[in-house]
Amino acid sequence: MDEVLIGSVLASTLRVTTPLLLCALAGLISERSGVIDIGLEGKMLFAAFAAAAAASVGQSTALGLGAAMLVACVLSLLHGFACVTHRGDQVVSGVAINMVAAGLTVVLGIAWFAQGGQTPPIDAVVRLTGLSTAFAEPVEGQWWASVIGHGLLSHNILVYLAFALVGGVWFFLERTKPGLRLRAVGENPAMVDAAGVSVPRLRYAALLLNGLLCGLAGSYLTLAQNASFSPNMTAGRGFIALAAMIFGKWKPLPTMAACLLFGFLDAAAIRLQGVALPAALGGGEVPVQAIQALPYLLTVVLLAGFIGQALAPKALGRPYIKER
Amino acid sequence: MSNAQAIVMPRWMDLVLLPLWNLLVALLVAGGVVLLIGESPLQALSILLNGALGNARGLGYTLYYATTFIFTGLAVAVAFHGGLFNIGGEGQATFGGLGVALLALWLGNSLPAWLVLPLVVLAAALFGMLWAAVPAYLQAWRGSHIVITTIMFNFLAASLNVYLLVNWLRPAGSMSVESSNFADSARMPALHQLAEKLGLELPSSPLNLSLLLALLACCFVSWFMWKSRAGYALRAVGSAPQAAHYAGMNPRLQVLIAMGISGALAGLVGVNEISGVQGKLTLDFVAGAGFTGIAVSLMGRNHPLGIILASLLFGVLYQGGVEVSFELPRFSREMVVTVQGLIVLFAGAMAMVSAPMFARLYAKSHAAFKRKEAARG
Repeated sequence: MDEVLIGSVLASTLRVTTPLLLCALAGLISERSGVIDIGLEGKMLFAAFAAAAAASVGQSTALGLGAAMLVACVLSLLHGFACVTHRGDQVVSGVAINMVAAGLTVVLGIAWFAQGGQTPPIDAVVRLTGLSTAFAEPVEGQWWASVIGHGLLSHNILVYLAFALVGGVWFFLERTKPGLRLRAVGENPAMVDAAGVSVPRLRYAALLLNGLLCGLAGSYLTLAQNASFSPNMTAGRGFIALAAMIFGKWKPLPTMAACLLFGFLDAAAIRLQGVALPAALGGGEVPVQAIQALPYLLTVVLLAGFIGQALAPKALGRPYIKER
Repeated sequence: MSNAQAIVMPRWMDLVLLPLWNLLVALLVAGGVVLLIGESPLQALSILLNGALGNARGLGYTLYYATTFIFTGLAVAVAFHGGLFNIGGEGQATFGGLGVALLALWLGNSLPAWLVLPLVVLAAALFGMLWAAVPAYLQAWRGSHIVITTIMFNFLAASLNVYLLVNWLRPAGSMSVESSNFADSARMPALHQLAEKLGLELPSSPLNLSLLLALLACCFVSWFMWKSRAGYALRAVGSAPQAAHYAGMNPRLQVLIAMGISGALAGLVGVNEISGVQGKLTLDFVAGAGFTGIAVSLMGRNHPLGIILASLLFGVLYQGGVEVSFELPRFSREMVVTVQGLIVLFAGAMAMVSAPMFARLYAKSHAAFKRKEAARG
């Protein structure tokens, strides 16, 4: 019995963590370059819609992925145009992107597909399914097949890509020259400017990377986790990702740990629905809402400096004004 | 591009022309979307205006929406004058509704309306204030960023509301996630009921006395901001915290005051929605009004008068949008959310794009005028 439980909780934790992780990495790259990204939620939502619409109409996975990344990049560029080029307020711009995405996906969905805002279901052939089908379900009595097989090896490619990208982003930021510049522009843009590197160009590049990752996160929701788009399906995941990034102190590996923690809480909350508390805790049902609210609460507590210190990039949220 | 250039333009341009221009751009883009989905923008606009303003019932709904938006718009504006961005109107309004419900369920059956209703208003304001005071304290004394904390507090308020409704406030055996109905004494009287007592017949609409409360709130905010000593301190800290600190004001306290008033105003949404319309606590009754407040405040230039006008505009859009979605099959009411997002984009995030453009136009025409004057002698 234990092996089935452990295997399936492990598998669902990884499945729920993946979109959070992709989105949190997207936010991390943008914020390390000094641009606040409240619009993660909206970009992921619009990307999920684009992926579902393109994949179901064009009957192609690649088309879905491409459309999602394209749409998310366009939104990122819009954010850049408002905040980097014209030095508008980054938070306000993010809020605007969230609103436009929440509205426009439903408007276009209803107009194009006439299914109350949903896209038509995507064919199983087009969807991203597990790389190996051998471990689709955990098996009782077989520890290896349940925990390692079902828990770790039954996933689709985006799950592994997301975790590989943690290493990729870490390597990029810490070990490459463009990565160093990107971090520098979030801490001290004037210095980067004095070194003869364009601040806006670096920030735009960070926003494009951010768009690509948001596109992947969105397409995971409609091409892998669900079979179609439904209105507001991100349901706050973009903000959980933002919280995970802050909880991970703007660093890739801790961010991954935070995503796994929040993903585990989510998976556990689904599993604990209607389960009775042990008598020692007074009986009654497990308050699922409390578990679901825990990521937000933990982030508030962390930000208040009660668990270590969350240090944001120094130039975060400050538009750069070139002095002449 | 020219940078750090001071934007000089006359007041009428800044206060009237610029908001109208931003609105026009947002509506033009929205019109493009309507064309894209294969409907006629002009037809949609005429149904929208007719549905929102063309008859007494539609007007009632428009004013009911506007009431809620005045509260959330004022909430964003007050925080903004204190130099803070309160993105947590949604959660504060949820908490306000919770306060209304708890008080109405507790005292509604035993006290008369003239006593319960003021208490309901007070409870809404206090609960909203409380929910805003925590992020304010964390910002002022613990240094956590208010934008992030208020976002988190929106989700926390929503979760708490679900938990309380599911586990405590739902009557035993009920399937729907709602509290039991309030006693009549805890219901804000609807306008058509009041009119009936005076012998007038108005079509039924959710418009209730909360509108009066909203207008009073506007008067209070304009008095507080521009006539009171406390409001002066708040604005001083909002525009120049260092200077205000030297002048003897306590910036931390001002953060708490600004957010407290802001949260109380957002909490009053609960009076309109829960006491005025629903008559019971429901899930997700704020329905994005907290975010609409951001658009309202940006359009209304953070001034009570502007906020009333912008709330009316959004009331028209929300009520008219519902009507258009009934008439045109391919049009959905989420178009209104899109327009709202576009307004926030053009009036807020991209204000730096359009304002300098107008300033340049003004400078050019002004210079031309001066030259003509000089030539005439």
